[in-house]
Amino acid sequence: MNSCIVVVPTDTVIAEPTNVTGSTSHHGIEVALEFKLVEHPTEPLKLRTGEEDSGGRKMGREAAGQSQMSYTVEQLVAVNPYNPDILPDLENYVNEQVSSQTYSLDANLCLLRLYQFEPERMSTQIVARILIKALMAMPAPDFSLCLFLIPERVQMDEQFKTLIVLSHYLETAKFRQFWDEAAKNRHILEVVPGFEQAIQEYAVHVLSLTYQKVPRSVVAEAINVEGVSLDKFIEQHVAKSGWVVEGKGEVSLPRNEFNHPELKRTSSAQSIPLDRITRIFPLLG
Amino acid sequence: MAEVERPPSAQVTNYPLKGQLTHTNTLHAIKIVALGTGSLSSSAVGTLICVKQAAMLAGGHDYEDGLQSSIDGGISYDPSFVPDPVKSFVVHLYRHIREKNVYEIHQMYETSFHTLSDRMFKDTPWPSVEAVAQYVDNDHVFCLLYREMWYRHLYARLSPTLKQRIDSWDNYCSLFQVVLHGVVNMQLPNQWLWDMVDEFVYQFQSFCQYRAKMKSKTEQDIVLLRQHDQAWNVYGVLNFLQALMEKSSIIQILEQEKEGLEQFTATDGYDYNGGSNVLKVLGYFSMVGLLRIHCLLGDYQTGLKCLLPIDISQQGVYTSVIGSHIATVYHYGFANLMLRRYVEAIREFNKILVYIYKTKQYHQKSPQYEQILKKNEQMYALLTICLSLCPQVNLVDEIVNSQLREKYGEKMLRMQRSDDESFALYDELFSYACPKFITPSAPSYDEPLVNYNQDAYRLQLKLFLYEVKQQQQLSVVRTFLKVYSTLSLEKLASYMEVDESTLRTILMAYKHKTHSVGADGKTISNADIDFYIDDDVVHVVEAKTPKLYGDYFLRQIVKLEAVIGDMDRVKLE
Repeated sequence: MNSCIVVVPTDTVIAEPTNVTGSTSHHGIEVALEFKLVEHPTEPLKLRTGEEDSGGRKMGREAAGQSQMSYTVEQLVAVNPYNPDILPDLENYVNEQVSSQTYSLDANLCLLRLYQFEPERMSTQIVARILIKALMAMPAPDFSLCLFLIPERVQMDEQFKTLIVLSHYLETAKFRQFWDEAAKNRHILEVVPGFEQAIQEYAVHVLSLTYQKVPRSVVAEAINVEGVSLDKFIEQHVAKSGWVVEGKGEVSLPRNEFNHPELKRTSSAQSIPLDRITRIFPLLG
Repeated sequence: MAEVERPPSAQVTNYPLKGQLTHTNTLHAIKIVALGTGSLSSSAVGTLICVKQAAMLAGGHDYEDGLQSSIDGGISYDPSFVPDPVKSFVVHLYRHIREKNVYEIHQMYETSFHTLSDRMFKDTPWPSVEAVAQYVDNDHVFCLLYREMWYRHLYARLSPTLKQRIDSWDNYCSLFQVVLHGVVNMQLPNQWLWDMVDEFVYQFQSFCQYRAKMKSKTEQDIVLLRQHDQAWNVYGVLNFLQALMEKSSIIQILEQEKEGLEQFTATDGYDYNGGSNVLKVLGYFSMVGLLRIHCLLGDYQTGLKCLLPIDISQQGVYTSVIGSHIATVYHYGFANLMLRRYVEAIREFNKILVYIYKTKQYHQKSPQYEQILKKNEQMYALLTICLSLCPQVNLVDEIVNSQLREKYGEKMLRMQRSDDESFALYDELFSYACPKFITPSAPSYDEPLVNYNQDAYRLQLKLFLYEVKQQQQLSVVRTFLKVYSTLSLEKLASYMEVDESTLRTILMAYKHKTHSVGADGKTISNADIDFYIDDDVVHVVEAKTPKLYGDYFLRQIVKLEAVIGDMDRVKLE
């Protein structure tokens, strides 16, 4: 008899007598060639080493005791997300996103999750940055996704309340109120470069969904630009996005399937995917 | 083994089921059953049974406590007593597992276990694993499996103590570690493997809820909690599921299957080459487990990502077990609802509700029947919510539609208005149908004892209602769009009693809310009624669903060929 009941006290490792002869099954259920000591997996899984991704973005920090190669943050999030040790890396990554005007929802959600698991390690400053970045990702619902992970208590904080109000205005297309409120809270928003442009892009997106021809004043209100700057803005979009300046102070927006219903691709229901047709290939002989 | 007093006379006394259960009370005096069926050994007949603290049964190191408790209350269940049916159950199950008779294992697991539970262990746990071990050669793995079933039974019928919860966690650790080491050489039915993952997640959820109810905790409890802070730790739980997924390489297997290099779905996950299906299938179901946990945490995006390798537009191993099928679609639909992808949610809910409608009669005898019905009702509620926010009734089958009208027809009408009453209805349906959200972090045991188990749920509800509020104006716009084909902004503004600039805002909001961002980042229209503005005129566009001739013809062609084939095979004498 090679196996026996092992009563497992809570905190110890599990050990089993190894089968010295190396034979395989004894009674069929367990094929125990060798049974190594196992640690409770509540220790964070050790990061596996691998080649550096030369095209990827490196964090550059070496974790103590790990091998020389460090993983890019994206890989960390994909491979070993439930690991309290990567929290500082993720925080640095947020700051990197802010300074280099990039964005990664998955990494930020991972960080918010870790904050949820260990609330005492949460940094409101980082969370604020994540939220601002999420606002800039509109029309994607990233802002709500982040809010789902932030405890109510924390959301009562002044700056978060402001951000929630700003999000509300954007979600309900109340651009004038948004820009007013944003102006009052410049100190919160200016930490993240590119904020204004991102919101203007969102505004243009909503306009393109809605209008074939839109009055200049509406555009002005939406993107918070007036006078000469407005002219420049429109000129830029005429050059690259197909806007056309009509008379009577109107702008024609490029045609897409949302403001020109006739452009709607005959809905995919009409076209039959190839794999369905393959069902009758044998019958067609 | 402990010596247990066995009062000789046969008495049947009722004790309140949960009345005497407290965390420190080591004695659970539950209903006393006189075993009087013929198949039991004579010593069992007329014996009073009672329950000892489970630490005795499972751990063995709180032996003294257990002994103490038996002196306390008088009548305790003898965990070392193994009635004959149980003996034969474990012997047969052990043999079948050794011989890999999956069908037999499934029968015993699904049917015999529950029959025995109903008959003999309605309110008491099964005999302890130490007692049955002798009948199964003290096989280590079988004992882990038995213990897993033991705890599952405990959770289902009784109320586990803190110690029992912790011991169950230890058992899962041992069991999963054995599997992860790849040393198990058995084939288990998918039902069992799904139940393991499902129960694991359920016990985690239950523990978080339990831990958050600080008010009723005693000093002893808190000491125990502090001591065993690794038990049901969120990192541990998530990492186990992740490890199962990775070790089994299930993602690669599924990819390779698409190219025809692997057989997995085709064999329902079973291994016909003499190997074991346990690790692979556990890895597969872990993906659903991860989806579920992420939904409980409020992280819907990541949850959906975890499920990505499984193509839910197709059949798969996840459909081989009804529990897993329903759990997958329920959480998938819920996550999409919270991500505002209403069309996707409606589609999937519709499919599963049709499926349940057609197949639920076959599950009437199954122990999961109640759970199936409950989830069915919850999904109808979620579907109602989706359809109220995104009225695309054409996506819904006639069967489902009629059920929907029956259950929620009136409520749906009220929900489409934008007043306080509709709010209350959204609240009601959401609260009924949502998962039991959890707070994953341990409380600070020094702070005043407060119950905070509802915090997570309250947050999700609040954010959901916030979204509903933002969308309330839209239904007003819709009613006007339905009636006109073109309408000047001025007129519409006056009908809606707002000024033109506010109207433009509302119309833009309508556009934004009805055009969600899909998983690939592209904009998708959810709207059944759409419009565009040209100059100062609103042009209404009604989305027409084209008749799906293509699909219909394909189906009929295949059917006809099948009929011809059948006819060809008929030999005329």
